[in-house]
Amino acid sequence: MKKSKLQDPFEQARINKGYGEMNDQDDPVVMLLCHKDVRKSAHNYKTFISGATPGRIVVPSEVNIRDTRQVPFELDPPEHGKFRALVEPWFKRPLQSEYQEQLKEQIYTAINTVLSTGTVEVVNEFSLPIQSHALTLLLNIPFSEAETWISWGTHVFRSEETALDGDKAAILYDYIDEQIEHAIQHPGEDLYSVLLASEVDGRKLTKEEVKGVMVLTFAGGRDTVINAVTNSIAYFAEHPESLERLRNEPEIIGNAVEELMRYFSPLTQMGRVVTEDTQVCEHAIKADSRISLCWASANRDASVFERPNEIVLDRKINPHVSFGFSHHNCLGATHARQIMKTLIAALAEKVDSIEIVDYKENVEDLDEFQRKVGYEKIHVKFNSLTK
Amino acid sequence: MAKITFITSDNETHIVEGDSGSVMELAVNNGIQGIDGDCGGVCSCATCHVHVSPEDISKTGEASEIEKDMLELDDNADAYSRLGCQLAISDALDGIVLRVAK
Ligand code: HEM
Ligand code: FES
Repeated sequence: MKKSKLQDPFEQARINKGYGEMNDQDDPVVMLLCHKDVRKSAHNYKTFISGATPGRIVVPSEVNIRDTRQVPFELDPPEHGKFRALVEPWFKRPLQSEYQEQLKEQIYTAINTVLSTGTVEVVNEFSLPIQSHALTLLLNIPFSEAETWISWGTHVFRSEETALDGDKAAILYDYIDEQIEHAIQHPGEDLYSVLLASEVDGRKLTKEEVKGVMVLTFAGGRDTVINAVTNSIAYFAEHPESLERLRNEPEIIGNAVEELMRYFSPLTQMGRVVTEDTQVCEHAIKADSRISLCWASANRDASVFERPNEIVLDRKINPHVSFGFSHHNCLGATHARQIMKTLIAALAEKVDSIEIVDYKENVEDLDEFQRKVGYEKIHVKFNSLTK
Repeated sequence: MAKITFITSDNETHIVEGDSGSVMELAVNNGIQGIDGDCGGVCSCATCHVHVSPEDISKTGEASEIEKDMLELDDNADAYSRLGCQLAISDALDGIVLRVAK
């Protein structure tokens, strides 16, 4: 029972000193590991800023592969708030029943397909299609557009050979440029058109700002959702009793989603640039250096979570930070949660058991730490509940 | 049955009734503006923040440690702040007035 396990590589460092150190392309990062420090620093946008050189708050840094500022992600208050307010209602659309019905249909179709197939490679043949199809709903564009995104493979910025792949980024950027031009010529009801028609400070958004929002929507919601879905399949494969429980107690699905998100922490960390000499965990940090908010470590902090390394499906108090905290908390969380809820309900209804055939783990190399975030590949066989 | 008054940030007053679940759930089910309940009530999102009327604090009680840690990092929080998802509805809450923080 450990193929689906995600270890906590940060425990010792978190207990002993509270931070970790990672060298990343000669721009080192002090990783904050304790729940309290992570939340406090996420809240303190004056000392720990997001509005640095585009790409610098991402770990590994993307400064060498892009110039476009991601919006609202790489802005600080009060600028941040203006853009955030603009897009927030759009990102709440997953709460509408029509959206939920369509998502449900997509996910049931995906499950029916794998139930009637032999062995399935989950990352590419299940999670990526689910993520891509669901994104057509979020952007409000035709379902068929997902084929293009599926053809890009699992990593928009990463490839098997190198952690940061400029060519892959170019594919996404060129694609988004084209789509923006298309929306200018043929305005519709899609997110591109809505952004192009929006205003901040009494002026229209620039093309570059629209691009900044769209790039973020594609990049931020891809690997994260894919890992959340894939890890869930691995977990249920090894815990059929959990699937059974969710079948009998559907009212705990909401809690289960939050708990799986805590345990998986699909986004390991996010950086900030320090504006003044300061200290965290009695460790001096210099102005213009980088820290990171390590969500994955905070989520296993034993001073906040009882039995932190166990999945307690109906955990009642669960102040996890998988979707971040404070100003920049995840805009896509409503969408991601809806995908997870629908997926779990559908699995509970249709699937009896899942067998893992073979797998290759996806392990992030964080210098001092090695963290499993999911799988490069995982072959499984889904068995139907109703024969 | 508890009758609960919500005053939203645009100063609208809504009186709703409930007999089970949490204040957050009651607000979401009644479409009270400013209470989203994103995390479903597990104390992770703070989108259920309310200010309890000073005279009703004896009915609701004070925030728990975990709740306080969360509210401490909310710029709108004060001594009367609570997370709606941590307030279980019972007859004891009948008549309270809550001001929605967002
Ligand atoms: C399970 C899936 C996901 C996880 C774990 C996740 C995690 C996160 C985290 C931790 C942050 C905070 C970053 C920071 O503080 O700097 C964030 C921000 C963000 N996420 Fe997600 N995310 C997920 C899915 C999505 C999806 C599906 C989208 C959109 C399609 C999305 C769009 C965004 C955006 C736009 C922001 C920036 C918000 C801001 O700066 O105000 N995310 N996400
Ligand atoms: S609903 Fe998320 S903290 Fe109350």
